Amino acid sequence: MTLSLAVALDGAGWHPAAWRSGSARPGRLFTPGYWAELVTEAERGLLDFVTFEDALGLQSTHLNELDGRLDQVRGRLDAVLIASAVAPLTSRIGLVPTTSTTHTEPFHVAIGIASLDHISRGRAGWRPRLSPRPDQARHFGRRVLPPLDLSDDPDPASTSSVADLFGEAADAVEVVRRLWDSWEDDAEIRDVATGRFIDRERLHYIDFRGEWFSVRGPSITPRSPQGQPLVTSLAHDTLPYEFAARSSDVVYVTPRDRADAAAIVGRVREAEAAVGRPGAPLKIFGDLVVFLDADGAAGRKARLDELDGGELVSDAHVFTGTPEGLAGLLLDWREAGLDGFRLRPGELPHDLTAITRGLVPELRARNAFRAAYETADLRGRLGLPRPGSRYAKVS
Amino acid sequence: MTKQIHLAAHFPGVNNTTVWSDPRSGSQIDFDSFRHLAQTAERGKFDFFFLAEGLRLREAKGRIHDLDVVGRPESLTVLSALAAVTTRLGLAATVNSTFNEPYEVARRLATLDHLSGGRAAWNVVTSFDAFTGENFRRGGFLDEADRYTRAKEFLQTARELWDSWAPDAVAADPESGRFLRPGGVTPFRHEGRHFDISGVFSTPRGPQGHPVIIQAGDSDEGREFAASSADVIFSRHSRLEEGRAFYRDVKRRLAAYGRRPEDLKILPAVTYVLGDTEAEAAERAAEIRRAQVSPQTALYFVEAVWGRDLSGYDPDGPLPDLEPDLDDGVSKGHAQFRGDRGAVAAKWRALAEEKNLSIRELVVEVAAPQTFVGTPRSVADEIDRFVQTDAADGFIFVPHLTPGGLDDLVDKVVPLLQEKGVFRADYTGPTLRDHLGLAPRTLTTRTEEIS
Repeated sequence: MTLSLAVALDGAGWHPAAWRSGSARPGRLFTPGYWAELVTEAERGLLDFVTFEDALGLQSTHLNELDGRLDQVRGRLDAVLIASAVAPLTSRIGLVPTTSTTHTEPFHVAIGIASLDHISRGRAGWRPRLSPRPDQARHFGRRVLPPLDLSDDPDPASTSSVADLFGEAADAVEVVRRLWDSWEDDAEIRDVATGRFIDRERLHYIDFRGEWFSVRGPSITPRSPQGQPLVTSLAHDTLPYEFAARSSDVVYVTPRDRADAAAIVGRVREAEAAVGRPGAPLKIFGDLVVFLDADGAAGRKARLDELDGGELVSDAHVFTGTPEGLAGLLLDWREAGLDGFRLRPGELPHDLTAITRGLVPELRARNAFRAAYETADLRGRLGLPRPGSRYAKVS
Repeated sequence: MTKQIHLAAHFPGVNNTTVWSDPRSGSQIDFDSFRHLAQTAERGKFDFFFLAEGLRLREAKGRIHDLDVVGRPESLTVLSALAAVTTRLGLAATVNSTFNEPYEVARRLATLDHLSGGRAAWNVVTSFDAFTGENFRRGGFLDEADRYTRAKEFLQTARELWDSWAPDAVAADPESGRFLRPGGVTPFRHEGRHFDISGVFSTPRGPQGHPVIIQAGDSDEGREFAASSADVIFSRHSRLEEGRAFYRDVKRRLAAYGRRPEDLKILPAVTYVLGDTEAEAAERAAEIRRAQVSPQTALYFVEAVWGRDLSGYDPDGPLPDLEPDLDDGVSKGHAQFRGDRGAVAAKWRALAEEKNLSIRELVVEVAAPQTFVGTPRSVADEIDRFVQTDAADGFIFVPHLTPGGLDDLVDKVVPLLQEKGVFRADYTGPTLRDHLGLAPRTLTTRTEEIS
């Protein structure tokens, strides 16, 4: 069975000094050609999808404020719009941008991702993400958030704020999903005899009322090719596992080794049971930062560490080695119950090309990866059926 | 001196101007429709392609209005995709300043400007109604009187965010190890009536500095806002005399803001119909008007103005012998019916009596206006006359068909304008500001509009 394989794109790669390496194109980070080349390379490698990182503030090595560093990549373009600009230049690969559930209106997200699904003909996904940082809240001036505290004995204000933000995020995803269903597939009728363009019986108010906001609907955008674009989220703990179990189709997790992967899969399944997840179980993807070379990946990573002035810090396991070695690791960890992996290239385009031209042929040689795209749409590729609208009358 | 004409294309909208019953009418949501119209506009060397927005579906008599095209994509998302399949065409997004926040809109517009190599424009619109607000966190939080104060402060704040990155802030110099140039990014702090925000903006300044700003308001306040802050006015004054009056009025307001007449382009929204002869064009125009006003649409217009349910009335019969109900009305989200309905009803009744018109004939007459009808030659001459006599600086063409509605304009009329030497034979620069003849937006101009 083919392994699911995604790549996470961000800046010049996941090593903060990646932009200073020989293969980097740091002057082009804010041009469309940069992203088009990366995504078409990922599509040449037949990868399932790419994700685009985003945040409503500058990158920082500090948790609650900016770090003032000028020696790392700072600044980003809007992820939904990058994904959309790449869509007409590709035909099969999934496009999964990140947006904020804390500050961005769910209505705007719903129509943006639905539009991406229309433009890409069924290849859109979405990664909802919390924005818990107090400095980013000040960019909006609508609420004050307490500092995040990730210590073992966290400030209760931080804990309760994060819990609220997860609750609000679950509501935001619920609103987005309802808006995606608010047009039935056959709502457009163009009936000249009665002069009606749509059958308004097939458009629905969603009438969501929650603790944080209410949204009436329906969407202004007709139901998209996938009906429900793929929802994905990153999780490291019980609360986010439960958020994923409520809201997502795919969860990214960060195991350190195979045993940890098995333990995490167990916790994800517990979270699914705890929230009473209906329908298909979550697809669980392991996240890994990768540095890949036929020879000398560790040395290359060490040189980047030296340039940056410290060892790479990551929530995910950092793999340095050969494509063959990584293929072995992925197939081993898969036995722990993972459905696939999201690889974060340490350095772009170097480690992306090593994935598409090194890892992928290696996995294929082991009969573990596709030789051609089976489906055009993203849900289908992951074995998820196209759902009907929740509002459609069952006849 | 002969003025150069500016041309823009409007994607067919969600009102009755767009004819969906025609067999040639294609999808209003499929990306190929957007691609076809945008590439046609670019083939015609148009200045820009324009997308409208509406954040709540319209309602009639408490239900979703079903007689017009319904359903649109998010405009910035589509324009980013169009940036990838065009190379010179300007890309104009309508983005609401009421149900958005400056930090997010500023970064999305700066992104479009980067992704298009300097071709982004922003049509700044406002809404205040609780009806649209029901789709958003804050609901209908804004008083009507404040929609322009918020829009103005929103735009001002967005400009402060764009200006917080110097044009050369990104050094990306591996040798020195500096990704950002010291001092290249300045923290922002905006304390105003509508926004109290601070921090650091996260998207580098776009190639144009600021996107081109478009304004469509028509009230005195709207005109003043445009005179102080906009680069382009999307005007509804498409008749020669009213166009000249509007043009004079708006251009004279510019001096107060230290701006020259040529700094603000006035582009009325217009339609066109071509024929091989004048008679053929007129006949075709009449057919289109009837297609734009179905019997059901005719009755809806009268219901919307009268504020009453008139479902029992015959569209081919006379107007109802009833006074309009001027309370809440039956139409929501339809700007057309927001004005003085009593006066409109009186005017319509007088016209119907004078010409002995049925409901449908009346609505065809009043609600399906057409601007340029004729042979390619006469339409080209008329377009040029409007511009040379200061009724406009150019036009935003609203086609009645998706996606082929611009084809014959580009094939038959544009070459005649080029022949006359009043419209570009090719683009002369890469950015929308270049097409419009607007100066690049530099950091030093930023205090000009703070009034």
